[in-house]
Amino acid sequence: MEEELTEEETALYDRQIRVWGADAQRRLSKASILVCGITGTLAENVVLAGVGCVTLVDDRSPTEDALSANFLVPPSLELHGNKTLAQLCGDSLKDFNPMVRVSFQNGDPSSFSAEFFSKFDAVVVSGCTLSAKKSINEKCRKSLRRISFYSVDCRNSCGEIFVDLQDYKYTKKKLDEAVEVELQYPSFQDAVAVPWRKLPRKVSKLYFAMRVLEKFEELEGRNPRDVSIADLPGVLKLKRELCDAESLNESHVPNSLLERLLAGTREFPPVCAIVGGFLGQEVIKGISGKGDPLKNFFFFDASDGKGVIEDISSIS
Amino acid sequence: MATSQQLEAIKGAKVLMVGAGGIGCELLKSLALSGFTDVHIIDMDTIEVSNLNRQFLFRQSHVGQSKARIARDSVLRFRPNMSITPYHANVKDPDFNVEFFKQFNVVLNGLDNLDARRHVNRLCLAADVPLVESGTTGFLGQVTVHVKGKTECYECRPKPAPKTYPVCTITSTPSKFVHCIVWAKDLLFAKLFGDKTQENDLNVRSGAAASSSEQPEDVFERKKGEDVHEYGRRIYDHVFGYNIELALSNEETWKNRQRPRPIYSKDALPDQPAKLNGNFELSNSSDDPLPLSAMAALGMKNPQEVWSLSENSRIFLEALKLFFEKREKDIGNLSFDKDDQLAVEFVTTAANIRASSFGIPLHSLFEAKGVAGNIVHAVATTNAIIAGLMVLEAIKVLQNDAKNYRMTYCLEHPSRKMLLMPVEPFEPDKACYVCSETPLTLEINTEKSTLRDFVEKIVKAKLGMNLPLVMNRSALLYEVGDDLDEDMVANYAANIEKVLCELPAPVTNGTIVMVEDLQQEMTCNINIKHREEFDEEKEPDGMLLLGWNQAPPTEKDNNNHVINGVSTSAELPSVEVVDDVDMEISEVAPVKKRKVLDTPVDTNNKKKVEEVNDDDEDDDVIMLEGNNPEYGKKRKLI
Repeated sequence: MEEELTEEETALYDRQIRVWGADAQRRLSKASILVCGITGTLAENVVLAGVGCVTLVDDRSPTEDALSANFLVPPSLELHGNKTLAQLCGDSLKDFNPMVRVSFQNGDPSSFSAEFFSKFDAVVVSGCTLSAKKSINEKCRKSLRRISFYSVDCRNSCGEIFVDLQDYKYTKKKLDEAVEVELQYPSFQDAVAVPWRKLPRKVSKLYFAMRVLEKFEELEGRNPRDVSIADLPGVLKLKRELCDAESLNESHVPNSLLERLLAGTREFPPVCAIVGGFLGQEVIKGISGKGDPLKNFFFFDASDGKGVIEDISSIS
Repeated sequence: MATSQQLEAIKGAKVLMVGAGGIGCELLKSLALSGFTDVHIIDMDTIEVSNLNRQFLFRQSHVGQSKARIARDSVLRFRPNMSITPYHANVKDPDFNVEFFKQFNVVLNGLDNLDARRHVNRLCLAADVPLVESGTTGFLGQVTVHVKGKTECYECRPKPAPKTYPVCTITSTPSKFVHCIVWAKDLLFAKLFGDKTQENDLNVRSGAAASSSEQPEDVFERKKGEDVHEYGRRIYDHVFGYNIELALSNEETWKNRQRPRPIYSKDALPDQPAKLNGNFELSNSSDDPLPLSAMAALGMKNPQEVWSLSENSRIFLEALKLFFEKREKDIGNLSFDKDDQLAVEFVTTAANIRASSFGIPLHSLFEAKGVAGNIVHAVATTNAIIAGLMVLEAIKVLQNDAKNYRMTYCLEHPSRKMLLMPVEPFEPDKACYVCSETPLTLEINTEKSTLRDFVEKIVKAKLGMNLPLVMNRSALLYEVGDDLDEDMVANYAANIEKVLCELPAPVTNGTIVMVEDLQQEMTCNINIKHREEFDEEKEPDGMLLLGWNQAPPTEKDNNNHVINGVSTSAELPSVEVVDDVDMEISEVAPVKKRKVLDTPVDTNNKKKVEEVNDDDEDDDVIMLEGNNPEYGKKRKLI
């Protein structure tokens, strides 16, 4: 990384360079990020951080729903013409930081080829079906160069982040020494395949709840988050079946939690900001190589206010 | 998603935001998205380039404009039906009185300095309006809730005061780079380019030479017609060479310390002629639109590079030359400004040469600027997280959901798997002089200390009162205000200079003095105890305030040596370097309910606070978001 930051970059990024250093900033400026599914805060954060380029994929038309959770688009629908949400947000994002290249990609991400994904340093998927998540993750893992994979889901007042950095090496400072750390991340498929009864007792209940809902949506052929309180009986039935199959006591997946997640499936803006903030930090850490990345799940629940990391992997 | 009850509460709420910076922008956005419709914002700052990496409501084209106003404009474009009222003003302005605060359902602070936070805390207590406080630095952050009568107020827990250094450390025995920066900025820069009438400790000498001042003060004055290159070298040789030799002559100081080495310009720059000829000047044009820069003139482009002693010396001399040649008008009224490129270059290089002398590692311009300018490192993501948490607390407050109020700490490294750690708020501290109006005790020499000493050092500095009023029983000894009677003003002017025991209503041992700030609606009773002697080092102000609940701020000298530096005033004044820590992450046992009777585990807190203050690695770290211009004024040596 021989090129130095331009004067413009040094002035603009001064405050964050003081956090992670000029080298990290240089690495960010060369990075290419793919964001599938626009959710609050993440895209803005990586653009502000000064990544090289951001590609947005979100074919949704700007419905009121999509707009209300999104800050980037003026609310008046008439101005939008035939633009997708991705295009509208992209237009705003370019404004945030003119030094970042913002582009769009139409289509369904689960249909994109492995070759397509291999162009990126980091891939973030949001509001994805279970099978799409697995398949995109696998395609990323196929690439010769290491691609960081992140998935995020915000439901009601809760949020989940999943991180897969594959084999990740980085240096950190311990006391005065530089120590080399190596982490091995499981794929999403492998992580969720870990038998429930093998997980630590105190594992976040949200983990199980999310898996139940994911599975429910898959079995019912629903779009992500296209569930409501009317589905509660079906969801509870599935929960019982899964807990049975996994030999897990049902109390680990409280009905009240499932009820809460079903009652309000729209994203709650402050929760999106919080989860989006952590996600942004992870993406930045992964690219810059600075800071301990989280491994491998992060959960936030506004009802208790905790933000918890869970390490769910069969790799001991 | 917000429940219908929450939405009701949100729609009807009137919210005050104090601060439209890093946290403020994220907060306003979150409030807008969450459905808030009536928001007022106070912020006195204008937009700078370095804000743009996270204060996303602002664009390059907005640089120089009011943050509060532009924030409002930006958000209205996306939420035209929201009512946002901006105030481009200082929250300490008397217009923002209790009546003003009373109109709000909740106050949300996104401030960057302790002073303003304390002020807002008091107004919220007086108006009985809940306050949601916040702070971020890099990846760390916290959100706290303060409701009168139900939780601690913002000042119940000790907040570390700005870090200060003993004068002798700065003038004679620096051991860290920050000491060199303070010397370069508050002494050398101030001496050469600042207000000449200000007292300056620069010629402080140690030991025997102190009393016989053979060296006239005006060694720093440029002689009439003196060539600027010669002048520069003369100054260089004086402060880095001669003054060091003089310091070395006092053996006692260096018995247990590494001796500094004097540096003369001929040694640091052996191949430079005494006068720089035109070949060295790459940038000659006086019409040059770019800001004046010594490093640019010498072809040095990288602010991240650590220059050698000789490079630092060249730039130092060049900077000095440029000040005199191109900015003559400014000389005599400059104070250090981190955005003044030439000033930053001057201070960096001066500090580095001094550091070289004392065997302290040199630093790059980038690093030096951070220390000299008390720059806070900041990223957008932490602010987004904190703002989101603030909105969640605000919604709880609006619904009076008291049992769910939380103080939330955002950590960089997980603690018990948590990156966000919520803790139940404590009950108000009965010993808090702010919210519980507990009386304080002041030990002071009533025969030597004046009312001015009392007002400046105790009432304003320690108690944080803005427009104080001082009474002894029914006698009004002093007050600050706009619409005061001429006679009263004369009376106060006379009183302020008097020694305490000689006041019209004498303040002596046993007197209870009442101090009040009508704007903050805060009253404090202080029991006066007369004391003859005070330790010059430990109690440099000559007073001791008890029951005040503050963490100790001063950096202690590590040697047991008696320091021989002689200061120019009777007390040992300290140089202020802002170190405004707001992180008190109490590592108390697992989150369990704190009942009414549980006392806060203060030992843990104090420990954390001291650890933070003793952090030797990061000299410039630990200040909150943004930069507080007010502290800049306090940085002069007394």
